[in-house]
Amino acid sequence: MPVDVPAVVLANTRLSPDYNVLSLGAPEVARAAAPGQFVMVKTAPGLDPLLRRPFSIFEILRDDHGEIRGLSLLNKRVGVGTSLLYDAQPGDPISCLGPLGRPFVPVDPPAHAWMVAGGVGLAPFVTLAEALKARGTSMTLFYGGRSAADLYHAEFFERLGARLMVTTEDGSRGTQGRVTGPLARALATLSADTAVTLYACGPTPMMRAVADLGQAHGRTTFVSLEPVMGCGMGGCYSCVVRVQRPGGTHLVRSCIEGPVFDASCLVWDALVGGH
Amino acid sequence: MADLTVRIGSLTLKNPVIAASGCFGYGVEYAKALDISTLGGIAVKGLFLNERDGHAPPRIVETPAGMLNAIGLQGIGVHRFVAEKLPELRARGATTIVNVCGTTIDEYCEVTRVLSDHEGVHAIELNISCPNIKEGGIQFGCSLGGTHDVVSAVRKVTSLPIIPKLTPNVTDPASFARASEEAGADAISLVNTFLAMAIDIETRQPKLTNGMGGLSGPAIRPIAIRMVYECRQVVKIPIIGMGGIASVTDAIEFIIAGANAVQIGTANFVEPLLWQGMIDGINRYLDRHQFAGVADLVGQVKSRK
Repeated sequence: MPVDVPAVVLANTRLSPDYNVLSLGAPEVARAAAPGQFVMVKTAPGLDPLLRRPFSIFEILRDDHGEIRGLSLLNKRVGVGTSLLYDAQPGDPISCLGPLGRPFVPVDPPAHAWMVAGGVGLAPFVTLAEALKARGTSMTLFYGGRSAADLYHAEFFERLGARLMVTTEDGSRGTQGRVTGPLARALATLSADTAVTLYACGPTPMMRAVADLGQAHGRTTFVSLEPVMGCGMGGCYSCVVRVQRPGGTHLVRSCIEGPVFDASCLVWDALVGGH
Repeated sequence: MADLTVRIGSLTLKNPVIAASGCFGYGVEYAKALDISTLGGIAVKGLFLNERDGHAPPRIVETPAGMLNAIGLQGIGVHRFVAEKLPELRARGATTIVNVCGTTIDEYCEVTRVLSDHEGVHAIELNISCPNIKEGGIQFGCSLGGTHDVVSAVRKVTSLPIIPKLTPNVTDPASFARASEEAGADAISLVNTFLAMAIDIETRQPKLTNGMGGLSGPAIRPIAIRMVYECRQVVKIPIIGMGGIASVTDAIEFIIAGANAVQIGTANFVEPLLWQGMIDGINRYLDRHQFAGVADLVGQVKSRK
């Protein structure tokens, strides 16, 4: 059940001139959240910008006693709303509505979980990795960005015991190239009796490439989409994506039927935008 | 505690705060977050006879204090609605106003007939004003004769209250209010969105796939207030006012301008839990100004002369 919390900014950690992690005092939302769910945040009070923005829940924040005290967002400054969130100050009010959407379903051992993240597409994988760790599921993170400056938080996944495969397009960290390069090689050398489920989040072309690889190798692939969203509640029908259904294809609302989809159900040619 | 009830033909709303069509899904989507029976009514998403896909995304774009939309009336069609959504709306005690669309007068009548056969539908809002589809709808809503023809045809097939939803994209909305009243409407609702456009200056393409869309949100409120005021001068039937209501103050302003009830659309996207505060706020205003009921405030604009 989603709640709307008048959260305040607890901390704003600027990672680079473009990226920041915004910590929000929204424990009611954080306590109810499942991996891969999202929140709708009002980036400033008043009428401009008018609409909330969707964000994956990045981290669940706990105090020294393990009590949940809020959640954080991984933000990349691209437009008006994300710039306001980049500039937010501790104490600023940021209304936070959530948790929303269908979460990831974490696989259990002996299956392996391979997460594939591009840039801010890392955001939903912190909570997924925690859920996988709790189940004892072996995990790998394929993590790609344009350069080393786009990659954050990799050590968190290493601490949880994830195998890390880092790529950068300029070669400044890890293997040079796209994140799908190491993924393709790993899938090609995987034995057929090892069960692997793929989870991907990032730019739409990247997710599509991961979906294609998953299909080619017969691996179930889930993607977390982030199209333009008006309300997050199923009210406005702006965030629709085209899916295969018996009897043809249909447009469904990604806020309530997603944001996590089985990639094999999506009509990728009809997908626009995202990140 | 003031009397918040509103009479629309044979229907009594428990309060004047209604969720606007196209902004609240089929109502059931919000049942997980709030008690939808507390709203004065829910105008569910527009329904044709058959399912429709609507336009390709992007379907919305934010504008100063507002937004454009070109959803294209995606919908599940009236038969799936009565089978899949209406039972839950009934069970939850919602006051359900169904927004009816059509490409022909026959389709408006047929959709209305199907709905009239089912318990749990409380009123029909005739969508003759969606700016985003070429066929039907707006072609009736932009012609006085077309408005009269749709309303009088639907009047013959249902005893449910009929509420034509009027477009602001005409020179004189009040004449359409009068045409609706003369054709037998129980009430009118206005305004639908303003036909508008936004262009990306880098790509030089329209920001919406459909090219144009409908402007809503607080940006349009003063124009909507003026139109409700003008309509109040020429019709006696109830007016359901809407257009950028985001606060209790905004809702009260519409009632003073001449609205018997209000609909809230875009603001619900931003504050989906605003309903109880809106209802309580209207009540407090009425008490503070010593109005016995919301009906006593309707159209009470004082002259400045």
